[in-house]
Amino acid sequence: MTKVTLEVNGKKVSKEVPDHTLLSVFLRDNLNLTGTHVGCDTSQCGACVVHVNGKSIKSCSTLVADVEGSKVTTIEGLAKDGKLHPMQAAFKKTHGLQCGYCTPGMVMSAVDLLQTKKNPSDQEIREWLEGNICRCTGYQNIVAAVKEAATKM
Amino acid sequence: MASLVGSRVERKEDTRFLQGKGRYTADINIANQTYAVFVRSPHARAKIKSVDTSKALKSSGVVGVLTGKEIAEDKIGGLIAGWAIRSEDGSEMKVPANPPLAKDIANFVGEPIAVVFAETLDEAKEGAEKVKVDYKVLKAVVDPAEAMKSEAIHDGVDKNLCYDWLLGDRKAVDEAFAKADKIIKVDLINNRLVPNAMEPRACVVDYNTASEEITLYTTSQNPHLSRLVMSAFGGVAPENKLRVVAPDVGGGFGSKINVYNEEIVCSWASKKIERPIKWVAERTESFLTDTHGRDHVTHAELAVTNDGKFLGFKNETIANLGAYARVFGTVTPTYLFGPCATGVYVIPAAYSNVKAVYTNTAPVDAYRGAGRPEATYTIERLVEKAAMELGMDKTEIRMKNFPTQFPFKQTLVHTVDSGDYVAGLEKAKQMADYAGFEARRKKSEANGKLRGIGVSSYFEACGIAPSAAVMSLGCGVGLWESAEVRFNPTGQISVFTGAHSHGQSHDTTFAQIAADELGVPMENIDVVHGDTDKGTFGMGTYGSRSLTVGGIAIVNACKKIVAKGKRVAAKMLEVNEDEIEFKDGEFVALKSNKKKTIGEVAFACYLPGQRDEMKSPIPEGDEPGLIESSFFDPANFSFPAGSHICEVEIDPETGNVKVEKYTAVDDFGRIVNPMIVEGQVHGGIAQGIGQALHENTQYDETGQLMTASYMDYTMPRADNFPEFNLGFTCTHATSNPLGVKGCGEAGAIASPPTVMNAVIDALGGQEISMPATAEKVWKACKSIKKSNAKAA
Repeated sequence: MTKVTLEVNGKKVSKEVPDHTLLSVFLRDNLNLTGTHVGCDTSQCGACVVHVNGKSIKSCSTLVADVEGSKVTTIEGLAKDGKLHPMQAAFKKTHGLQCGYCTPGMVMSAVDLLQTKKNPSDQEIREWLEGNICRCTGYQNIVAAVKEAATKM
Repeated sequence: MASLVGSRVERKEDTRFLQGKGRYTADINIANQTYAVFVRSPHARAKIKSVDTSKALKSSGVVGVLTGKEIAEDKIGGLIAGWAIRSEDGSEMKVPANPPLAKDIANFVGEPIAVVFAETLDEAKEGAEKVKVDYKVLKAVVDPAEAMKSEAIHDGVDKNLCYDWLLGDRKAVDEAFAKADKIIKVDLINNRLVPNAMEPRACVVDYNTASEEITLYTTSQNPHLSRLVMSAFGGVAPENKLRVVAPDVGGGFGSKINVYNEEIVCSWASKKIERPIKWVAERTESFLTDTHGRDHVTHAELAVTNDGKFLGFKNETIANLGAYARVFGTVTPTYLFGPCATGVYVIPAAYSNVKAVYTNTAPVDAYRGAGRPEATYTIERLVEKAAMELGMDKTEIRMKNFPTQFPFKQTLVHTVDSGDYVAGLEKAKQMADYAGFEARRKKSEANGKLRGIGVSSYFEACGIAPSAAVMSLGCGVGLWESAEVRFNPTGQISVFTGAHSHGQSHDTTFAQIAADELGVPMENIDVVHGDTDKGTFGMGTYGSRSLTVGGIAIVNACKKIVAKGKRVAAKMLEVNEDEIEFKDGEFVALKSNKKKTIGEVAFACYLPGQRDEMKSPIPEGDEPGLIESSFFDPANFSFPAGSHICEVEIDPETGNVKVEKYTAVDDFGRIVNPMIVEGQVHGGIAQGIGQALHENTQYDETGQLMTASYMDYTMPRADNFPEFNLGFTCTHATSNPLGVKGCGEAGAIASPPTVMNAVIDALGGQEISMPATAEKVWKACKSIKKSNAKAA
């Protein structure tokens, strides 16, 4: 067992967990933050993307012990004061989601893109999202959402 | 009040999904739950000599281990085939037993043999490793084309043949072919696909020892149907003691229609071990055991005249059912495939012959489009090849054979109520700048690239119902849909539907429809689905049926609400019922212009009296309350249609195929929410392009699945696609009062042949099979280069 202490969505948390606990498991099972999804177990689909110290990472292939002391932001921590983050609002406006399963990871990944590059081209958006698989939307409205959010962020 | 039907209304469900507040099955935990891990066959075909659970039972944290022996002893029934198909000779199809846990023989890699329950997931995994199964490995049958020549894998199923089905008239086809100037032939493989909903399958079961009720939370497209099957065929519990909840479900695409082994086993076992059970599939388990799609081997021919008229069509197909026949497994390659194989054309004579075979692979069932993509691929490859061989323009040959009169009696089964195929193709040509293609091709050529253009025109039969028709074709249940509209006393409305949303946006579109019918803001309406304890009954969502069947049930229930409201309002306003008009949520007495809102009427229905006065607004013969339901069974399928045009550019040095342009023009009748319909089309096209260029399910000769993770199976990514260019034409369906047609599957039906026709066009007519991967295309380019060099 390992004791881990980190800040999740602005709140300090401290738990005793088995050494091999993945960050995705920690968020879902220990903190009941079930917005972070697991879709593939092999780090391909991106449904599990969260931010660690502001950068997007795949939580299904990260040991929670490895991010000890970090600041973690999950999809639950994105909206502020009951107001959707501009990326969340853009996904809603452009119909960038259907079943909603890939959405948390897709949104977290897209937020990091706009933090990294202010006004990405369509091609840059599509290439950035290479690590996030969506089976419903054909990606078109996701690209539209990122462009829409770029005008607001 | 402006109509909501037809508006781009933002989705109600998004607010929860976007904040991580969706509640999917794997998000549900029940106090004191155990974790299930299944022991699965590592062999494609093996006799199970013995299963030793003794070590597993002693393993740390293990609560119980169950095998095929116990489930057989408890007489729990197996998985079922939902449709009975008859062979050409009149004999019934052959269906092997499919027990939830295999006892004597395993028939595909991943088939469950035993299950271990433990206090933690890690302990359950460890326990599962300690279950010792002694197998005698047998030679597996993997290739569907070879299955009929191989040893029978199931007792009583000669040649591994489930059925040898014929639709159409062989003699008439022979006569038509005798008159032809030219016979166009294709040999096609419709590649096997894994549906790959992003949410892996899961179930959580809670058995209440006091009420003896089982609650099953599961990833299902049709919870009521699951309950029916588990109760009637599984014998797990009576229907009134079994509650099935399909909460938020992360995509289905057909793979979550079936009741699966794990749901039956965990429901049965929860009662046995008297503990809640949670099971969540890992992605590789999903690859191994979710139902797969397609997997046809087809030879088809089209008889044509020199001026491009179609005279006859024949189709000989071997369809792979996998190891077992499941719910839509047997109908997908027959009635969902054969009738649509003559496409949008007037073809005087046709037949489809399908031999469905069993192999030692995962069961094959409905996958987005189910049969209709295979049909469209068959006819549209033939038509494109005919144009090429006759030297005709590929759009002209299609126009020449389109029906111009509707209803159109299609050759094999359907009478298509409405459509305008010419208008669709004309619009697609214009939007795709079809006329400018040659200039673009030359430009690509100047850059050392090969550019091709492909067209396909499709129709499909969806909105799966009507009951009488589907039952006459062998379906085991009626495919109507139900709705209940419950007006609460304070004016909010709950709309219960038997359809199920796993991405289809029912919370929004169904609220739009009900809001228009009732004249109330859609914010006042909640759409409720996915829980057998809430809605009365329902058939679920597949076959693009939610709106055309389930949506109409809502409309009809709303109309009953308004009809009763009129009677009540008439009494309240002291006029005759025929003097009342209902408009924008108000009942208006035409002469006096006195009004009652629908909210006031609803309130009066629940509180029918007042102090000091014996006066009820409820007319004689009516009851208090304002709740109405409807079971809608349409008169016909719905028949969306359209034409798609694709342009690809191939780099002959790498074989890489780039989809440069994709134009889709579809006719879905009246559109309720254009934003949502466009999203459905985008997703369908992407899946179809995935089939054409990227995805392939590969078993090796021993039946091991080689593509069992996202590292081996190519899922399409954002950078595989251009921006799709969508257009619509609109002819109203006559089989339902809204005039709507299904839109969920069209994209996946039309796009594979559109893309492949473009690839083959770029390759100068050289045939190539799906998926047209860079490797295959590069090889084709090399062989073209070689033959060109020889010719020179």
